Amino acid sequence: MSKLDSKIPEGALEQKWEKYKSSIPLVNPANKRSLEVIVVGSGLAGASAASSLAEMGYKVKVFCFQDSPRRAHSIAAQGGINAAKNYQNDGDSTYRLFYDTIKGGDYRSREANVYRLASVSTNIIDQCVASGVPLAREYGGMLSNRSFGGTQVQRTFYAAGQTGQQLLLGAYSALLRQVGLGTVEMCARHEMLDVVNIDGKCRGIIARDLISGKLERHFGHAVLLCSGGYGNVFYLSTNAMGSNVTAAWKAHKRGAFFGNPCFTQIHPTCIPVSGDHQSKLTLMSESLRNDGRIWVPKKHGDTRKANEIIEEERDYYLERRYPAFGNLVPRDVASRAAKERCDAGFGVGTSKMAVYLDFKAAIERYGHTQAVKLGVQNPSATELKEFGKQVVEEKYGNLFAMYEQITGENPYELPMRIYPAVHYTMGGLWVDYNLMTTVPGLYALGEANFSDHGANRLGASALMQGLADGYFVIPYTIGAYLSKEISVKAISTDHEAFVAAEKNAQEIIDKLFAIKGTKSVDYFHKRLGKIMWDKCGMARSEKGLKEAIADIRALRDEFWKDVRVPGTANDFNPELEKAGRVADFIELGELMCIDALNRTESCGGHFREESQTEEGEALRKDDEFAYVAAWENNGDHTYELHKEELKFEAIKIAQRSYK
Amino acid sequence: MSGHMNLTLKVWRQKSDKENGKLVTYPVQNISPDMSFLEMFDVLNEQLITKGEQPIAFDHDCREGICGMCSMYINGRPHGPKRGVTTCQLHMRSFKDGDTIVVEPWRAAAFPVIKDLTVNRSAFDRVIAKGGFISVNVGNAQDANNIPIPKPDADAAFQAAACIGCGACVATCKNSSAMLFVSAKISQLALLPQGRVEATARVKNMVAQMDEEGFGNCTNTGACEVECPKGISLENIARMNREFFVANIKS
Repeated sequence: MSKLDSKIPEGALEQKWEKYKSSIPLVNPANKRSLEVIVVGSGLAGASAASSLAEMGYKVKVFCFQDSPRRAHSIAAQGGINAAKNYQNDGDSTYRLFYDTIKGGDYRSREANVYRLASVSTNIIDQCVASGVPLAREYGGMLSNRSFGGTQVQRTFYAAGQTGQQLLLGAYSALLRQVGLGTVEMCARHEMLDVVNIDGKCRGIIARDLISGKLERHFGHAVLLCSGGYGNVFYLSTNAMGSNVTAAWKAHKRGAFFGNPCFTQIHPTCIPVSGDHQSKLTLMSESLRNDGRIWVPKKHGDTRKANEIIEEERDYYLERRYPAFGNLVPRDVASRAAKERCDAGFGVGTSKMAVYLDFKAAIERYGHTQAVKLGVQNPSATELKEFGKQVVEEKYGNLFAMYEQITGENPYELPMRIYPAVHYTMGGLWVDYNLMTTVPGLYALGEANFSDHGANRLGASALMQGLADGYFVIPYTIGAYLSKEISVKAISTDHEAFVAAEKNAQEIIDKLFAIKGTKSVDYFHKRLGKIMWDKCGMARSEKGLKEAIADIRALRDEFWKDVRVPGTANDFNPELEKAGRVADFIELGELMCIDALNRTESCGGHFREESQTEEGEALRKDDEFAYVAAWENNGDHTYELHKEELKFEAIKIAQRSYK
Repeated sequence: MSGHMNLTLKVWRQKSDKENGKLVTYPVQNISPDMSFLEMFDVLNEQLITKGEQPIAFDHDCREGICGMCSMYINGRPHGPKRGVTTCQLHMRSFKDGDTIVVEPWRAAAFPVIKDLTVNRSAFDRVIAKGGFISVNVGNAQDANNIPIPKPDADAAFQAAACIGCGACVATCKNSSAMLFVSAKISQLALLPQGRVEATARVKNMVAQMDEEGFGNCTNTGACEVECPKGISLENIARMNREFFVANIKS
């Protein structure tokens, strides 16, 4: 029998969650007070889970590596959050959001999870508005919506280009309220370095106080990992500099299976790399594809400036290839199309690894409507442009300012130059319907788990999933486990399992200092990133992946022989933090390539060159690969594959088309 | 490459809050104008590590101007010479070849130095914990469109909510006042009908905690508004003062 039990409830898809929710065992208030829950990470998933559990009466401890829980990288999400409110009366429904998400994920996610996500999406908006999140509104006072990729309705709620910031600060406020009430203990500037299992159940963590350098032991009846994604394995990504896989990877090494590690999302609209000094990449929100048109010159190797290329000589390749969805095709499709044009020699800018995102047409269009609205008769061309710019500024002003700040170019006058970049990881710790990993008592929420986005996440769905998991799923599902733990007294952190885990964490730190090599941590991280981007990035092949695995193994050996970690362990030492994280990224990189090698089909963000249609579209192999690849760590860098079959009962599985 | 710069950096080095710090001079060469200010620090730290010296500790995370973690006091101004940007979004094209740049940490009694350019801003979290929220538990919310909010109010609340909590306002204020930060949160919630319910208790509790943390008072110089990377307006301070006045009359 498979070791994987997804625990999907019986019954019709539409009723699974409602029925199950009403049957999950409860924990009475008196017992909740003596049950302790550890939450690692303070982003949307972590902050919402921690505040909700504390509201219910559990004793909660939250850990984050930043100086404040408000810095978590959810804050950088720009575009919006999906919800099936159908406020626009354009035919949206829970089923449509469910369907779009399954299809967008290229039929590699669980029906039951995605349906639940779609059905709680509306509650999220209600909760956020009630807690004071200032989402964008129309003049009538009602909430405003816009479109995102992979959908044909307007269901995305937003707050200018700062939706993630506003939602995170909402969840942060809820969390800090509980801190003020004394129900949550907040441990900022702490990094989780191991999980502690006792008698087959997760019972706590080892964390390092990043200021004093001291290792600490913390007990919990359950541990929630809300530690985000692992895009920084590519070195350059849109993730924050500190985003890392360490918490998830340590859990993996302690028995939690890793699901679909090769499913990474390359976002189509990022500011291109400008030089070797580059430390991170910046996203330009997908919402810009509502109004921006993507093009390259029709002429091969055209070196003219964008404004010198007339309309007839521009190739709006997304509109040409995908007339039904046009510039709003899903991210994986848009990214591959950009790569295809650049590889074929049609790229723009000095590096030729960029395409244009042009707002000229939108500025003209908005200029006309604005002139009518303001009652300006026979407006001049200059006036029209000015009106149009005003509308565009209101919609995307902060993004345009950010673009100008980074590139030194004015996007109101010149088209933006964009190129795909690593953005999100659909893979993560394997979890069941309760969000529990394969280790009892250890949960994974938000981007840290693998569950809802299949092989490609649709825009504006990450914020939805993080808050769904934290506000509306875990508060119920954790009862299924904790209701059986009420008689378990808090275990002393002098227990041998805690002592052993702390010793293990200390040994890794000592080992890193003992190397006294010649190369900085960043040197190794950059090399790992290049291997991953070249061979496990937007296109993957058997040959490339095999080379990558060999290269990563060699890099790992070199890292452990030649890395230089300055300073001491008993101090605030960012280089030591980075070293531990990069060591884990190197191991993860190998597993990602192993997973990508195993999956000889193309699906979503995972494009195997050997598996494509005649038109160059991704070709899935549903007979062989309609499963979640969950990898067990057997030590010594060996991994065993377990398969969770994906059954599609409500949706007819089909080759994706956005034409 | 053309346009590359050679610069002299004078950087504050301090081992911990228990030891005295000092400015140390570091020359950096061949800096591209397309680099961000923090990428220049990456280059410098790489050099220090190679030489066997201690790299400079500084806070940073998202590097796209939204997390609020970066916090350098550059040539006497928080986040450097440009208006409306954070340190991470400041690019080297704002400097000239041969420039000397002085870099210090935020300086305020309520923000003790942890190491080099890193300071402890947890005072902000403690102020928020006293009232920077709406007390609504999950599960209580009505349909989001049941509370229509006039667009001007919603927009003003959003403008106030854009604060990233970096602390530049405190760092630039001669009194180390946190009034801009605290008033931004109070304004956001005071402008929304959902937030009115607790408005009185909120302003009193948050202001009390602000004083408790050792932040100074406001003498209306307006430096905070000028240096705020997110353009948070002084009007928020006026609104907070009104809220505070009314709250005290009520009680």
